[in-house]
Amino acid sequence: MRPVSVLALAGAAAVSMSLLAACGGDGDEAGAAGAVAVTATDDSCEVAKTDLPAGKTTFKVANKGSKVNEFEVLKPDGKILAERENIGPGTSVDFVVNLPAGKYRLLCSAGQTGKGPSQDVTVTGGAAGGADPRLSKAAADYKAFVIVQTDDTIAKTEKFVAAVKDGDVEKAKELYAPSRVGWETIEPVAEKFGDLDPKVDAREADLKPEEKKDWSGWHLLEKALWKDGSVKGKEKYGDQLLADLGTLKSRLPGLTLDPVNDMAGGAKELLDEVATGKVTGEEEAFSHTDLVDFKANVDGAKKIYDLLKPVVQERDAQLAKDLDDNFAGVETLLKKHAKGDGYVSYDKVGEDERKELADAVNALGEPLSRLAAAVAK
Amino acid sequence: MTGEGTQERPGMSRRRMLGFSGASLLVGAAAGAGLDRVASAEEDDAGDAIAFHGAHQAGIATPVQDRLHFAAFDVTTGDRDRLVRMLKEWTAAAAAMTAGRPVGEGAVGGPAVAPPDDTGEALGLPPSRLTLTIGFGPSLFVKDGEDRFGIRARRPAALVDLPHFPGDNLDPARSGGDIAVQACADDPQVAVHAIRNLARIGFGVAAVRWSQLGFGKTSSTTPDAQTPRNLFGFKDGTENIAGTEGDLLDRHVWAAGGDGAGWMAGGSYLVARRIRMHIETWDRTSLREQEDVFGRNKGEGAPAGLKKERDKPALAQMKPDAHVRLAHPDSNQGTRILRRGYSFTDGSDGLGRLDAGLFFIAFQRDPRTGFIRVQNSLATDALNEYIQHVGSGVFACPPGVREGGYWGETLFA
Repeated sequence: MRPVSVLALAGAAAVSMSLLAACGGDGDEAGAAGAVAVTATDDSCEVAKTDLPAGKTTFKVANKGSKVNEFEVLKPDGKILAERENIGPGTSVDFVVNLPAGKYRLLCSAGQTGKGPSQDVTVTGGAAGGADPRLSKAAADYKAFVIVQTDDTIAKTEKFVAAVKDGDVEKAKELYAPSRVGWETIEPVAEKFGDLDPKVDAREADLKPEEKKDWSGWHLLEKALWKDGSVKGKEKYGDQLLADLGTLKSRLPGLTLDPVNDMAGGAKELLDEVATGKVTGEEEAFSHTDLVDFKANVDGAKKIYDLLKPVVQERDAQLAKDLDDNFAGVETLLKKHAKGDGYVSYDKVGEDERKELADAVNALGEPLSRLAAAVAK
Repeated sequence: MTGEGTQERPGMSRRRMLGFSGASLLVGAAAGAGLDRVASAEEDDAGDAIAFHGAHQAGIATPVQDRLHFAAFDVTTGDRDRLVRMLKEWTAAAAAMTAGRPVGEGAVGGPAVAPPDDTGEALGLPPSRLTLTIGFGPSLFVKDGEDRFGIRARRPAALVDLPHFPGDNLDPARSGGDIAVQACADDPQVAVHAIRNLARIGFGVAAVRWSQLGFGKTSSTTPDAQTPRNLFGFKDGTENIAGTEGDLLDRHVWAAGGDGAGWMAGGSYLVARRIRMHIETWDRTSLREQEDVFGRNKGEGAPAGLKKERDKPALAQMKPDAHVRLAHPDSNQGTRILRRGYSFTDGSDGLGRLDAGLFFIAFQRDPRTGFIRVQNSLATDALNEYIQHVGSGVFACPPGVREGGYWGETLFA
């Protein structure tokens, strides 16, 4: 995790409930019931709403002019996305267009010359999921996965904290990395809770000077274990970590995750985490257990992709193939560094091997950044 | 720094040369196959576009721009089809960028949930005479004994692994690579933008192995322009092969079908060397020694004992170990190479010394009789006290791309 200002948000209300607005499944509101009125005359084109939700949109085009009119939806490059011709004077038509997020120009062309007054509109959100029940199901399945991972991380953190409270440094070191796996697997979701993430996962190097006194979470214990060799006096941080994770769990039932921003976007963020924090060895500066986090981030992204894959294959088969290949590439490479149940210490991974890992992460991250667009199509 | 030549200027006045600059630029080179690049190869307007398609790749005989971003890539896939697909994507992007257009659907206006196709930092900038030139390294053909893409048999005999030269101190992290791309432009932002976008398109297929930024061209392919100086303060490239000298290009730069690798006809071989200059010790060296080391005077650039920069060098008047004397065609069985190097400065080196030098680039018809022959002659070069070769690469640059074709088509077809 590398937030801009980690603790500044602590105590603020959970910001993520706004996610609810972007969920799939009920995007039909943008359909007939929410039709957008367009009034065309011979020299005007009035659109009732210029901010539209993504998905199926019905334009109710009324021609109040004297010439036959034509209604066009233009993409930013000027190409026609959709058009409805032969709208006679005094008539009104319902014209349904499936609009992905983006900017569009709505144009009325009296006399059907292809030219005429226009209005820019902005389409936002990922409500495409609403149109495809497979995506709604993927979102529901993903939420279940998030809950399972949270339970897993809590169960393992309980054991880790018990060792901390026993003052058993060796045992706590053993249990540290596994306790983080569930968290790292669903990290973008956890990061939606702006108040919890910094309390749980802030790294000392990212803190402002005035924030250091409020530092808590896994990495504080990591430093105590590996740098100080003692967790004496740190017991309360163990309790707090568990309490914060408990809060995360309690908030999950109210959370709705949408397939475009939360899932596809989250998968990309997981790879960004790997690229900026894990490959460089910054995340686990003291324990060097970066590869455990690395694997968890990749697994989290893979889970999302697997859930979205049927839709991606249909909409962009080449992208699906590239993702299959590159997930396999990263996984093969990670296997080379496996040791026991975990991975070798990252400070034992040489420069050449780190370059190899970075290349594989870039190879996967680039197509993954296109997943959201494919899902939102 | 190598390859000084004495070819007499064709009986042509300087004024007339100026008139020819641009219009006749590639007459010799383009003979017989497409004159499309000629019309747009104006030198004077830094905003101009240089045509991407043509008989030869742009960026070799076309006028040298001011800035360089050179990148060497390792191909990380073993899948030939995937590699070819990337080369096609690269070609489309290169054609767009050299024309001053963004990659793909552009930097803005696409779907809000997707990253833009183009990274955007060249938006609003003119083409800046951007050229992109691709080359294939020996390791693309065979690596660790493995025929990676079924092209082992097509490796040209001229694409040799460079031998160790006396004084070499090569850093593997700045050497080699399966594919190289030379991006030259008059605006560094345009050159960097081009490499950045190609690197991005290449993720999963090709990974950047090393790259080098360059500024201040150190040789010219347009002899009518003022001869540029290298970081030692000496004019460099006085007798370089000019882009107008079609006969010389055919003889020394362009590979021919009959040379042994038919797919390379119209291509050329690129040798890149990162040459570190010991700036501080050079700057403590007396003017006389500096001039003796080069064999030319510092102000005018005249050969030792002569008056004018373009006077025909009298090698016997130079010290036996003078750089120009050893690099001269008369000392190398008539060998000439087309140099296209750039100065570089990568900050300082931790000891407070300028990490600077010459990123040497030379094109030739055959490295064995080109760079290798000249570099071996330079074993006793007095200049070696002040320079060290620290990076190296050799690449086979295929011929130009026809409309609808792609980089490397003749190799992979």
